[in-house]
Amino acid sequence: MTAKGQGRTAFAYLAPALLVLGGLLAYPIYQLVLISLYDYGQEQVSGGAPLEFLGLGNYQKLLGDQQFWGVFGQTVAFAAVCVVGTLLVGAFLAILATRVRTWVRMTLFLAALGAWSTPAVAGSTIWLFLFDANFGFVNEVLGIQGFSWTFDKWTAFGLVAAQVIWCSFPFVMVTLFAGIKAIPGEVLEAAALDGASAFRTAWSVTLPLLKPIILVVTIQSIIWDFKVFTQIYVMTNGGGIAGRNLVLNVYAYQQAFAASEYGLGAAIGVVMTVLLLGITMFYLRALRRSGEVL
Amino acid sequence: MRLKALVAVLGVGAVVACAPVQSGPTNSGTDEQTGQLRVWLFDEVNRGPKEAVVKEAISEFQGKHSGVTVDVQYIQVSSRAERFKAAFSDPKSAPDVAEFGNTDLAGYVSAGGFSELDLGKWDESKDLVPSILDTAKVDGKTYGVPWFVGVRALYYRTDVFTELGLKPPTTLDEIATTAREIRQKKPELIGISAGGKYLFAALPFIWAQGGDIAKSDGGKFTATIDSAEAKAGVAKYTELIKDDICPPATCAGNGGDASVEAFRAGKAAMTIGGDFNRKSVDASSAAGKYGVVPLPGKTKGSVAPAFAGGNLLGVLKGTQRKTLANEFTQLLASKKYQQKMYTAMGNLPTFSDVQKQVSDSDKFLEPFTKTLQSGTKFVPVTPAWAKIEAQTVVPTMLQEIVTGAKNVDTATADAAKTMNAAFTS
Repeated sequence: MTAKGQGRTAFAYLAPALLVLGGLLAYPIYQLVLISLYDYGQEQVSGGAPLEFLGLGNYQKLLGDQQFWGVFGQTVAFAAVCVVGTLLVGAFLAILATRVRTWVRMTLFLAALGAWSTPAVAGSTIWLFLFDANFGFVNEVLGIQGFSWTFDKWTAFGLVAAQVIWCSFPFVMVTLFAGIKAIPGEVLEAAALDGASAFRTAWSVTLPLLKPIILVVTIQSIIWDFKVFTQIYVMTNGGGIAGRNLVLNVYAYQQAFAASEYGLGAAIGVVMTVLLLGITMFYLRALRRSGEVL
Repeated sequence: MRLKALVAVLGVGAVVACAPVQSGPTNSGTDEQTGQLRVWLFDEVNRGPKEAVVKEAISEFQGKHSGVTVDVQYIQVSSRAERFKAAFSDPKSAPDVAEFGNTDLAGYVSAGGFSELDLGKWDESKDLVPSILDTAKVDGKTYGVPWFVGVRALYYRTDVFTELGLKPPTTLDEIATTAREIRQKKPELIGISAGGKYLFAALPFIWAQGGDIAKSDGGKFTATIDSAEAKAGVAKYTELIKDDICPPATCAGNGGDASVEAFRAGKAAMTIGGDFNRKSVDASSAAGKYGVVPLPGKTKGSVAPAFAGGNLLGVLKGTQRKTLANEFTQLLASKKYQQKMYTAMGNLPTFSDVQKQVSDSDKFLEPFTKTLQSGTKFVPVTPAWAKIEAQTVVPTMLQEIVTGAKNVDTATADAAKTMNAAFTS
């Protein structure tokens, strides 16, 4: 078979997957970009007004908006705290799980899976009940009835971050636990025979072997936490007092979709997609430079 | 080479399908006299009595028109925006007749969702209160029949006022002083339960000072929320959401429901509530020990202009049974059924004679009908208002002031800027 023929066969094998990807990814993104170039509101959708091509008008409006940048900075910081928190809690519990007895581990996993499988709206609402100013369990235990967790900007963000970490650490924990368990016993034994301390073993043997897995869970977490919507929307009642707890997704929803400015909303969507792609690329490149085989 | 081909393909694709989709409730042109008439009404917390009245109207209607059935769907108020947007985009899933809030009207009309109504041949229509009928008009054309109207007034706790030897406030300024005094003497009570998201409680304060949200110049709106009068009103209202009256930590995030809820729970000495809140207050710990007066205006004896909220019944543009839809709308909105709806749900009628009839027989309604008679006001009738509401411009402004993030001047100036952007887009 010639090289060309081989290529054709390979393409034929890839075609079904490409078709699915094209349908599910390329087409929506194409539509998103297209809509972002128009003044596309409810009037235009339902045919009450003609379409108007704006070119980059929506982007100009967005990037020239001071509030957008404020919300953007807030989102990055919030996502960063959530990612770090999720990874730390997940990693700590994964290590803990390898050191404890079976029944303790089983309990830990069941509890974590419970948190993981709770729908975001339900989880957020339950947390709100727990932290209710007057009737909440937490305030009763702490003896600070009447204290509102959701009023102050930072306690509100803290509360939401805790909820986000609570519902996303199980994924990190389970994945890392599996990764640790998959490290061959001989390698650890060899390190022990060479007289490596526990810390040295963790730093020079376990961690490098876990790197690909840590990479995956970090990128996943970044993407998830950057896109948080439900928790902020439910727990801060749509972005907090005077919108000071807004994150990008909620902002996009409020400014664009609730206000029927789909063109502007699509522009925010495109900006977010580009940003997340950028972050992921940057992260992958940094890792490749450090000699990791991907 | 491969890349170039790909780019070329994408380019061609972009040229072929170069615009987002548009659909439309184009006038179907048909006007069938039989079949199923679809109706959307709002769901209520306690829907039973409403449903009973509607069923009665349906059987009367079906009795008059053989071969016609009426199918009613009760939709949630909270998800109405999505439901109506979907209905306008896809006429097949749309109803023929729908109940909708009068603040949503301008947006729905500009989306091409509702058809103009000709009320000329309908005798009863001449008794509709003009200022209420105005809430069903866009650019002078009528798109709905006012089904009921809702106004707010000042609820206060008679037991607390008697105990402290107080009288209900008679001027706008007295609201704050009275509320402050109550909280001082009874620190466990909120002086007046006002909310940072309670737009319809804040508006009368602005109107009473002679200010407004925006002014219209031949259909072109400009924000006036930063005028001296409006700022005075905003300052008066935000003064209420302070630690010595209604602490921001409790009140800043409250909308209308939450504000009234604090009164129901017995935690507030006053609140601004609607005639429609009566049943729920009567079923609360404040039952039997509260009174209602019109919200006082700037001078003694005057009434602050209230917001004329309420719901309309209208006919959708894409309907295939225009005549039937019109007839059903007029039947359900008729004097007879408004009277029945008042008995069932306590909804204030929109006909002046029916209004008088019900308030004569029910003393509770007096402060509300008095408020209605002394003149009501409305939010700007432009599709941009829906946008401004969705972007929570006014609540954000109020909250920025009560949390001290901005002063009145800056917050109102910023709000005016955002509104003007929406008006001109």
